[in-house]
Amino acid sequence: MITLTGLRAWLVQRATAVYMLAFIVLFLARFVIAPPRSYDEWHGLMSGAGMIAATVLFFAALLTHAWVGLRDVVLDYVHVVALRAVLLPLLALGLVALGTWIVRIFWTIGG
Amino acid sequence: MATRTTSATKRQRPVFLDLTQIEMPVGALASIGHRLSGVVLATGVPFGIYLLDRSLRSPQAYRWVLGLCDDIAFRIAAIVFVWALSHHLLAGTRHLLSDVDIGSQLPAARRSAWIANIGGVAIALLAAGAWL
Repeated sequence: MITLTGLRAWLVQRATAVYMLAFIVLFLARFVIAPPRSYDEWHGLMSGAGMIAATVLFFAALLTHAWVGLRDVVLDYVHVVALRAVLLPLLALGLVALGTWIVRIFWTIGG
Repeated sequence: MATRTTSATKRQRPVFLDLTQIEMPVGALASIGHRLSGVVLATGVPFGIYLLDRSLRSPQAYRWVLGLCDDIAFRIAAIVFVWALSHHLLAGTRHLLSDVDIGSQLPAARRSAWIANIGGVAIALLAAGAWL
């Protein structure tokens, strides 16, 4: 397993942040310029191959970013090692479950 | 995981962490806000994924998701989320710029901290004005 600590965590946190920032700005712009007005338009927007790839990558970045951030929060405030040993795997498991959920959503929509 | 050092000298250091008494510089508030907003956003992620999932399943489920906006509790949660997202993106951009040495000198850093703190609240107030 790749350990996300030190310089690598710092770099990962910034690379994911830049990608998410670009995605959010473009996604919001699309909503302002041409908001989807029906289920069909919304479904159509989200089922294009490029959109699926960009959105799945967005959530991969989001969950990785959340891991680095929340792990730092746990390490800063939870000093009991036994409790950390419970919380951190739970956190990782939850994030992996969310990632699996995203893949399932776009697997279904991509047909 | 590093074990915490508990040598005699360390334990005898005076510790003053009364957050109501410490006068916080604006950068400290931006930093705490960044952390707090990050936790709020992370908490919102499972709900967001759930809504995304429902909204794409069927026209009925899509309408149900849109219908949530009629719920006042949902709108309040959305406004809190807007604050968290705005503050996190502003404070995060501030960090990214500071990494490439833009605005890392104290006066500029203080100004950008003010912008992040006030900007996040201002955008949330705009959302509140539109949705409440």
